[in-house]
Amino acid sequence: MALAIELKGITKRFPGVVANDDVNLAVETGEIHAVCGENGAGKSTLMKILYGMQGPDEGTMHVDGKTMTFTSPADAIAAGIGMVHQHFMLAGNLSVLENVILGSEPTRSGVIDQTTARAHLIEVGAAYGLEVDPDEFVENLEVGERQRVEIIKVLYRGAKILILDEPTAVLVPHEVDELFRNMRELKADGATILFIDHKLEEVLEIADTITVLRHGQTVATVKPAEVTTGDLAELMVGSQLPTSQTSKSTVTNDVALGVENLTVLDDDNRPVVDSVNLQIHRGEIVGIAGVEGNGQTELVEAIIGTARASTGSITLCGDDITHQSVRHRRSGGIGLVPQDRHEEGLLLEAPLWENAALGHQMKMPFGRGVWFDRPGARDQTEMIRSKFDIRSPDIEVSAQTLSGGNQQKLIIGRELSAEPDVLIAAHPTRGIDVGAQAAVWDHIRTARADGMGTLLISADLDELIGLSDTILVMYKGKLVATVDPASVTPRELGSYMTGAAQ
Amino acid sequence: MTGLMDPLPKMTPSPSTAADSTQRRLLMALAAPVGAITFSFIAATIMLFIAGSNPFEAYGDMLGHASKLETQVSMINRATPLYISGVAAAIGFKMNLFNIGVEGQYRMAAIFAAYVGGAVALPGVFHIGLIIVVAMLVGAAWAGLAGVLYTHRGINEVIATIMLNGVALGVIAWLVRSWQAEGNIAQVGVGTERIESSGIIPNLSWIPETLFRDLTGTGELTGVLIIAIAVGVIYHVLLNRTIFGFELRASGLNPRAARAGGVPPRRMALTAMLLSGGIGGLVGIAEIMDKGRYNPNFVGGLGFNGIGIALLGRNHPAGIAVGALLWAFLEASSDILQNQGTAPKEIIDIMRGVILLTVVIGYEVVSRIRKRDEAARAAARLTESTS
Amino acid sequence: MKALDRLPTSLRWMALTAIGVLALAVIEIITDSNGLTTGSQAGATLRWAAPIMLAGLGGLFAERAGVVNIGLDGMMILGMWFGAWGTINYGPWAGLAFGILGGALGALVHAIATVSFGVDQIISGVAILIAAPAVTRYLSIEIFADYDGGAITQSPRLESAGKFTFPFFAGGDLFGWKSPDMLGWFNAKDYPIVSDLTEVARGITFNLSMFTVVAYALIPVIAFVLWRTRFGLRVRICGENPAAGESQGINIYAYKYAAVLLSGALAGFGGVFIASPELGGIYQEGSTNSAGFIGLSALIVGNWRPAGVMAGALLFGYPRALGLRDLDGGSTHALLLVAALVLFAVAVGNFRKRNYTDTVLAGAIGGASLLWFLISDTVADWFIGILPFIIVLLVLTFFSQRLRMPATAGQAYRKGET
Repeated sequence: MALAIELKGITKRFPGVVANDDVNLAVETGEIHAVCGENGAGKSTLMKILYGMQGPDEGTMHVDGKTMTFTSPADAIAAGIGMVHQHFMLAGNLSVLENVILGSEPTRSGVIDQTTARAHLIEVGAAYGLEVDPDEFVENLEVGERQRVEIIKVLYRGAKILILDEPTAVLVPHEVDELFRNMRELKADGATILFIDHKLEEVLEIADTITVLRHGQTVATVKPAEVTTGDLAELMVGSQLPTSQTSKSTVTNDVALGVENLTVLDDDNRPVVDSVNLQIHRGEIVGIAGVEGNGQTELVEAIIGTARASTGSITLCGDDITHQSVRHRRSGGIGLVPQDRHEEGLLLEAPLWENAALGHQMKMPFGRGVWFDRPGARDQTEMIRSKFDIRSPDIEVSAQTLSGGNQQKLIIGRELSAEPDVLIAAHPTRGIDVGAQAAVWDHIRTARADGMGTLLISADLDELIGLSDTILVMYKGKLVATVDPASVTPRELGSYMTGAAQ
Repeated sequence: MTGLMDPLPKMTPSPSTAADSTQRRLLMALAAPVGAITFSFIAATIMLFIAGSNPFEAYGDMLGHASKLETQVSMINRATPLYISGVAAAIGFKMNLFNIGVEGQYRMAAIFAAYVGGAVALPGVFHIGLIIVVAMLVGAAWAGLAGVLYTHRGINEVIATIMLNGVALGVIAWLVRSWQAEGNIAQVGVGTERIESSGIIPNLSWIPETLFRDLTGTGELTGVLIIAIAVGVIYHVLLNRTIFGFELRASGLNPRAARAGGVPPRRMALTAMLLSGGIGGLVGIAEIMDKGRYNPNFVGGLGFNGIGIALLGRNHPAGIAVGALLWAFLEASSDILQNQGTAPKEIIDIMRGVILLTVVIGYEVVSRIRKRDEAARAAARLTESTS
Repeated sequence: MKALDRLPTSLRWMALTAIGVLALAVIEIITDSNGLTTGSQAGATLRWAAPIMLAGLGGLFAERAGVVNIGLDGMMILGMWFGAWGTINYGPWAGLAFGILGGALGALVHAIATVSFGVDQIISGVAILIAAPAVTRYLSIEIFADYDGGAITQSPRLESAGKFTFPFFAGGDLFGWKSPDMLGWFNAKDYPIVSDLTEVARGITFNLSMFTVVAYALIPVIAFVLWRTRFGLRVRICGENPAAGESQGINIYAYKYAAVLLSGALAGFGGVFIASPELGGIYQEGSTNSAGFIGLSALIVGNWRPAGVMAGALLFGYPRALGLRDLDGGSTHALLLVAALVLFAVAVGNFRKRNYTDTVLAGAIGGASLLWFLISDTVADWFIGILPFIIVLLVLTFFSQRLRMPATAGQAYRKGET
């Protein structure tokens, strides 16, 4: 059978990392081809190259047998490739029709030819079995319907090869069924579909061929009939897991942070955190494993107080903090290493010694009564700088001059130096070089030995297994498993993370 | 794509790079305003040529006038309310809130303060204190109203302050009209009740008179200068030395991070508006002290100009002072140009507008250059370590 | 009320207006005033609302493209000056053209600052507000002061662009033949209440200035452009989701520029209108009287739709026109009762929705208004002056959930930042 897409030897480098390393991909015309891998495996980069948003450093691309070079998405569209992004590119206040035709409007001397547009849209929809109301405002549509609009957008422009980026990430089960129905229809009408997914049971259900990426390389290309979810999980995660490095247990019986029946709803009133129960004891590190987007962010927000819990309670060292303000929780002893240091952790234009105060400005050594203690802040920052090995000319420079790794070290340093009762660490060593990473882990272990409880959220299995006393797996907002880092197998962990073991 | 690995060799800070960076920072900070003023002067020169005036004669007149002690006193007098207005606007700006309503706030505050001041007779300190307190309270309340609409109803603060501005100015316009009906507007006795001398802040003319020479003419150095200096000092201390100031600035720099750091967003916004309005209420005090009452010819435009000055001075207490003095210099210049007939004084107004526009664009350009610089330097550091 | 919801939108609004007029007529009887629904009041409302509406339409274009333009007042001033100058030297229609250009010039500065340089949109607007009067003052000194009848703050008298009367409704000319004046004939019969309706109708069809006709004709034109043309769709995507537009190949910068320039042009038209014999008859400093800001309020109240802007402008122009013609103060006094009734209705509506804070708030303000009405005989004219601002604040306070601003208005856009 002819190959709709063939990628040979694609390599793409970014400063400090090789995102794609000699990747080969062969997609046959008229098949549904899945690309699987963990975060950081290189899937998004590969798709961006295929859609013309980036150019490869090495390697060649062939579409329908012809060698192609894309300089922009327009080239990809011209070649018949259409991309449906994970985060929809739709304007809520415009109708479905308007969103679809934007950029390719049929006009008669500037006036939009509504009849032609509408007819074409309905035709495309009918041809591929996708039903939408052209005149409905997008913001009134359900998530699944919006996705259909995105698909119609690319089909309207004559795409025969569709790339779907994590299409099921935002859908509920019956919407997923609907999507798969549509995909089969599209396939029956001659379209080729390439989609990224990390939910293995879905992949096995719908794909004709599966390619697994890990650390930027192609690990395997298999047919669903040949593998089980367990096999896939192992391929994604690697056959060997790092060994746990927890020496002696420092876990006590005192509960530092208790979460009971916590539920957080999103804008569509769906639970993104679903009846979560967990306890973190003094001296314990509880790791949360799971692919990003399964509710970890919202769990952190609910504990810190920036998101409202619709049901459930949270206790800190025995005190109920469910209705307390963020300020109370912070000064009560919750430390936070946020997952996005730029968005949530730093004041980029402010000097280091002011950044060191963020989140701790109401108590010593930064705050004294109403006054902000500048010498105290500077001293503390110098201490943090040397203790956590932050590379900067001095503490007066603004935070944006630091490299990403040093920024992260600053945040960790400031949080640990405040000696919190509970530390919430979301991807704490993201973007840090290996040496610094080890140092950070040591600091966390020391604090743990001193009685700090830690909630560790990470996509880095080295980190999770190396640090945690116990690991909880989060999938679709629920905690689906508790595993022991010392004895868990890669297959087991991967399966839980990807919902295979349901 | 954010770097997943970041291998850096051990870096020792070199003293020369640190000094360089401060120098460079200073240069960049001044580039925009200096550039803008230069550009405006060039534009004004061209306009003067076209209008048939001699620009150099005009500049000569302006500088000559400015070198007279009386003019300098007048400049400081004019700069004083402008400075206070600038600080009021700056407080809001620090939190990314636009208090456009200072114009209405200061006039409301002035009328109330003048009215109360004229109605009582207390010993000096209390009388003055009462006037100041009333002015601040009224200003704060008027701004606070907009603040509440913003925090509790989500009404954009620009719209809310502009609307309340309209209400304030409308009410005051009516009051002025009713006074006009009572008597000739040019009369000295029209307006609110005259404030007893116990309520007037004494002037500071003794300072220049001791330092230099006696002043000719009727201009006195306003005592409100003390208030302005106090406002500036309080602004600086509040912003840089208090926890509140830290939280205010953090909210402006990164609202999400501030929130995660424990700063309550709504309370902060409301407090900022109240503070801004409270200071804004003081803007009209100088005029009240000068005239002894709120009269129909009360000075206008101080609110909008304050916003411009705050922008010019980048919300920095010293920068705003420079901006206020510059504005006052331009105003004094427009008088002399008028008197000598060298050039139309409106050229000054145009210069103000042009300066403001070019400065704002200039700051933006500088900020972008700086960001590009930083990114380039960071990338250079990374590539030299990976190669 | 439910029956009304089933009618197509335009008929529904006409029905609501008719009901409103009738309600006013009833109130006239109750309060024994007689200025609320006269034909001349209706005509005056149309005239006073026009510049507000034009400014609001200007704001509409800009904000639909994602750019907040608070410098509208400044662009109106520029339009007013250039319009006056053009009319004096080349006639009223040339004056209109010059005024439009003048406003667009001001908008060009705003566009360059905000779209190309990413300067904060409010700051740029404020800068224009400060600069525009300075520029026009300077130009007036140089030019108007030398004209007969001119001075440093005003121009000589301007000539009108001509009048227009609707045929059949109000007896206008139809190619030289004077058509029957149907409404006039009906009005002469002077039936109670119903005549009020027809008086109002005649007021808005008789002896209108050409500028007025053009201005109001713009409403359907702009609606058509924004919702039925390719240009309009692309302008709207700039304000709703520029990243989506960019991903589909649209040059966002170009459309933002176009929209901002159009916004200045419309504001300029508004300025020309103020100076035209319809309102002031001369260019005079300060005669915009915050029309730009009131126009922005009409935009918000009108929920960013052209017809809504018109409705808002009429709402704000009505008390203005009333106040100027109300010699004994009776009509404006009656407005207090109207306000009280409306607020009570809002309170009831909120009560039914279990929104108790709003119920109390609306009830309290309505009660205050009613009290004022009962205590006083007339209303001070300063109240009329500030009424538009108060109405905006009240509408925003009680109705913000219904309003739908373009999603990215106020945000700077940079290509490639998704």
